[in-house]
Amino acid sequence: MKEWKQDDRKRVANRRRMDTTLKLLFLAATSIGILALMVLIIDIVMDGLGHFTPDLFTNYPSRRPSSAGMKSAIVGSIYMLLIILPVSFVFGVGAAIYLEEYAKKNRLTRIFQLNISTLAGVPSIVYGILGLTLFVRWFMLERSLISGAFTMTLLVLPIIIVAAQEALKAVPKARRDASFALGATKWQTVSRSVLPSALPGILTGVILAMSRAIGETAPLVMIGALTYVAFLPEKLTDQFTVIPIQIYNWISRPQTEFHELAAAGIMVLLIMLIIMNITAVLLRNKFQKNI
Amino acid sequence: MREEGIPSGKTAIEGIQKDKRTFKNSRNSIMDKTMPAFLLFCAVISILTTVGIVYILFTETYHFFQKVPFKEFIASGTWSPLFEPKQFGIWPLLSGTLLITVIACLVAIPLGLAAAIYLSEYAPKAVRKVIKPILEVLAGVPTIVYGYFALTFMTPIIRVLFPDVGIFNALSAGIVVGIMIIPMVCSLSEDAMSAVPRSLRDGAYALGATKFEVALKIVVPAAFSGIVASSVLAFSRAIGETMIVTVAAGATPKLTANPFDSIQTMTAYIVQVSLGDTPHGTVEYGSIFAVGATLFLITFVLNIVAQYLAKRFREEY
Amino acid sequence: MNTIIEIDKLNLFYSDFHALRNVSLEIPEKAITAFIGPSGCGKSTLLRTFNRMNDMIQGTRIEGVCAIGGTDIYSDEVDVETLRKRVGMVFQQPNPFPKSIYDNIAYGPRLHGIKDRKKLDEIVETSLRSAALWEEVKDHLKRSAFSISGGQQQRLCIARALAVEPDILLMDEATSALDPISTLKIEELAQELKDRYTIVMVTHNMHQAARVSQQTVFFLNGEVVEYSDTEQLFSNPNDQRTEDYISGRFG
Repeated sequence: MKEWKQDDRKRVANRRRMDTTLKLLFLAATSIGILALMVLIIDIVMDGLGHFTPDLFTNYPSRRPSSAGMKSAIVGSIYMLLIILPVSFVFGVGAAIYLEEYAKKNRLTRIFQLNISTLAGVPSIVYGILGLTLFVRWFMLERSLISGAFTMTLLVLPIIIVAAQEALKAVPKARRDASFALGATKWQTVSRSVLPSALPGILTGVILAMSRAIGETAPLVMIGALTYVAFLPEKLTDQFTVIPIQIYNWISRPQTEFHELAAAGIMVLLIMLIIMNITAVLLRNKFQKNI
Repeated sequence: MREEGIPSGKTAIEGIQKDKRTFKNSRNSIMDKTMPAFLLFCAVISILTTVGIVYILFTETYHFFQKVPFKEFIASGTWSPLFEPKQFGIWPLLSGTLLITVIACLVAIPLGLAAAIYLSEYAPKAVRKVIKPILEVLAGVPTIVYGYFALTFMTPIIRVLFPDVGIFNALSAGIVVGIMIIPMVCSLSEDAMSAVPRSLRDGAYALGATKFEVALKIVVPAAFSGIVASSVLAFSRAIGETMIVTVAAGATPKLTANPFDSIQTMTAYIVQVSLGDTPHGTVEYGSIFAVGATLFLITFVLNIVAQYLAKRFREEY
Repeated sequence: MNTIIEIDKLNLFYSDFHALRNVSLEIPEKAITAFIGPSGCGKSTLLRTFNRMNDMIQGTRIEGVCAIGGTDIYSDEVDVETLRKRVGMVFQQPNPFPKSIYDNIAYGPRLHGIKDRKKLDEIVETSLRSAALWEEVKDHLKRSAFSISGGQQQRLCIARALAVEPDILLMDEATSALDPISTLKIEELAQELKDRYTIVMVTHNMHQAARVSQQTVFFLNGEVVEYSDTEQLFSNPNDQRTEDYISGRFG
C-alpha cells in the first residue's frame, strides 16, 4: 500500500486553484448578461420616467415633444394582437396537430419539418419584403392594419408550430390509447383527449410568440406602418402604427426630448411584455403539474 | 342460467344491427373526414410561405439584374443607389454586415459559452433556476429596445473612451447585437452540454478529474458540434438583425473594417429604402430584393449548416 | 491477508433516505470481494463511498469511518482527486470518452501531470495489456473508442482505470450490459487482476459472485446481513435471509 504522497497534494491544490479561478471567470461571464439587462432597464426607466404620464396614453403623436403621446400606437398594437392571435393560433396549432398526430413519418413530413425550422431562422426583414410584395401589392390590401397583421402572422407561425409540437409530444401515448380503446375516432381523441392536455403548453408558446410579434419592428417598417398617425384605425384596411414603430420614430429624431419619449414608450412595451411573460410562466407551471 | 345468459340467435343479430346504427355518428364522421384536410392546409401554409419568399425574392432580383449588370453587383466596390452615378456593388453592405456580425460574435460567443459552462457544470440548481429565466427575458427584449440602448447608452460610453468617434459607429451596434445574442449562444450550448451523458462525466470524475477538467476536456469536446451549431445560428441571427444597426450603425455604405466607422448593413439599407417613398419599378426599389435575396441566401446556408451540425450532434448521443 | 478498506459504523443519508445503516466491514487486499443483494439494498452506494462519488449528489450526508490504507478518506488529509486516482472505478455501461482509444487511456495520466509522450505510450501499452485488450487494438490506437464492440469498450474502461495505477478497482455491475461471452472475458480478466489489485465488485448476478469472488457481502435494506468467504456464504449461509435470497425466494 502506497502512502498518501505530499507532492500529490501540491499538484492537486494547483489544479483546484485553476478550477476555482475558472469557475469565477465563468460566473463573471454569466453575470455580464444579467448586468446588461439591469443596466438596460435602469437606463430606460431613468430616461423615460418623466414622460411616463397619462398624456403618453391619451395623446396622439405631435411635433412638440411636450404634448406627444402614443395613443394611436398602443391601440394599433392591441388591434394587431387581436388579429394575429386567433389567426396564428388556428393555423399554427392546426399545422402542429397535422405534423404530430396525422402525418406519416415519411419524406414529405421531414420536408415540412425542415421547412419550419428554416423559416424560424429567416430574418424578420425578409418577412417584411414578403408582406410588402404579397399583401400590400399583389392582394392590394395597401399599407393597412390587415397587411401588417398577416405579415406578422406568417412571422410567428413557425414559433407557434414548434411550441405546439413540443406540447403535443409531451402528452403521454397512454392517454391517446385510452381514448382509442374507448372507441373514440382520431379527431375525437385529438380534440377531447390530446389537445386539452397540451393546451397549457400550447398557450405558453402562443403567448411567447405574441410577445415576439408585439416587439417586432422591421417587417412593419417595410409594410409601411405610418409613424405619424393622429387617428385610430376603424377598418382592417385603415392605415396604422404600432408601439415599436412609434419608438423607432422618436429614436431617429435628434432632440433628446424625443429620446426620452422613446424611453417612456419602451417602458410601456416592456410592461406589456412582462405581463405576457408572467402569464406564460404561470401557464407553464400549471402545465408541468398536469403531466 | 344458460338460457338467460345467451340470447337466442335472432335477438343477438338484432342487437348487433342496432349497435351498428349507433356507431354511425354523422357529426364525428364529418369531422374525421374534413379535419385532416384542414390541418394539412395549415401545414401547407408554411411551405407556401417559403415558396412565396423564394419566388418573390428571386423574380424581383431577376428583374433587377436586367437593369443592373450582375457583374457590377458582385464586382463593384461602391454602393450608391440614391445618387448619381448610381452604383450597385454589394461589397460595402456585405462588409458592413460582416463587421457588425464579427464584433457581435466576439462578444457573444465567449460570454455565452462561458455562461453555458457555468450553468451546465458549476451552478447549483437554485442558481440555475434564477439565471435561466433572466436570460430568457434578455432574449425576449425587442430589438428596437436594444437599438435605443446602443444609441443612448453604449455610443456615449464609446465616445467618452474614444472622443473622435461619430454618433453612428459599427462598434456600438456590434457590441449590443452581441449582447442580444448571448442568451441564444448560452441556452443552445447549454442544451448541447446537458445532452452529454452523465456517465461520461462520472468516468472522468472517477479518474480524479476536477470540475474544470471534466468541463473543458470531456463535456465541451463531446458537445462540440452542438456548440458550433449554436454559434453558427447566432452568427446568422446577427446577420439578419435590423433595428439595432438601423438605429446605431449609421447609413453610409462603406468598404471598411474599422469598427469606429459609420457603416450600413444589408438590413439597414432595406429599411432605409422602404422608409423613403421609392416608387415600385425603379432600380432602387428593385435593389432591396437583390439585397434581400443575398441576405436570405446567406442566412439560409448558415441555418442549414447549423441544423446539420445539430443533427450530427444528436445522432452521437 | 491484509485489510485495505476498513469501514466502521458507516451511515449514509440521501436527504431523508437512510441508505446505509451502521455498516462495518473489513475488505482484504489483493482479492475479489463481491457485494450482492436486491436492487436498492445499498451495495452500489457503499461502493461509491470508496471513491467518494456520492459527494456529487446534493444532500448526501455520511457518518462513521471509511478508511483506506489506514487513512480516513473523508478527512481533510485526503484530496478527492488523489483518492480517485488510487481507487479506480468501472461502471455499469461502458462509458469511453468520445476520443481515440489512446486518448481514453492517456486521459487519467495526463490529468495527474504526465506529459512525456514516451511515458504515455508506455502507460497505454501496459494498461491495455493488463486489460487483455492490447492485441485487439494495438494497430488502431488512433481510432475512436466507439468503433470497438461493447465488451471491448468495457475492457478499455478497465484499462483506463488501470492507467493511473490504482490500488483498488471498483466494478459497479460492470458486466450487466454485456453479452455472455464478453462477460466471461471480464470475469477472467478480474481473476488475473486480483493478484495485483484489490477488486470490489457489485453484481446482480449471484452466480458471478460465486464464480469470481473470494469474499461475498450480502446486503439488505442498507444493512450488511452476512459477510464471509464466498464458498461458505453460498454453501452454508448463517442467516435465513441470505439463504432465502441465494435460493431465489426474493430479489
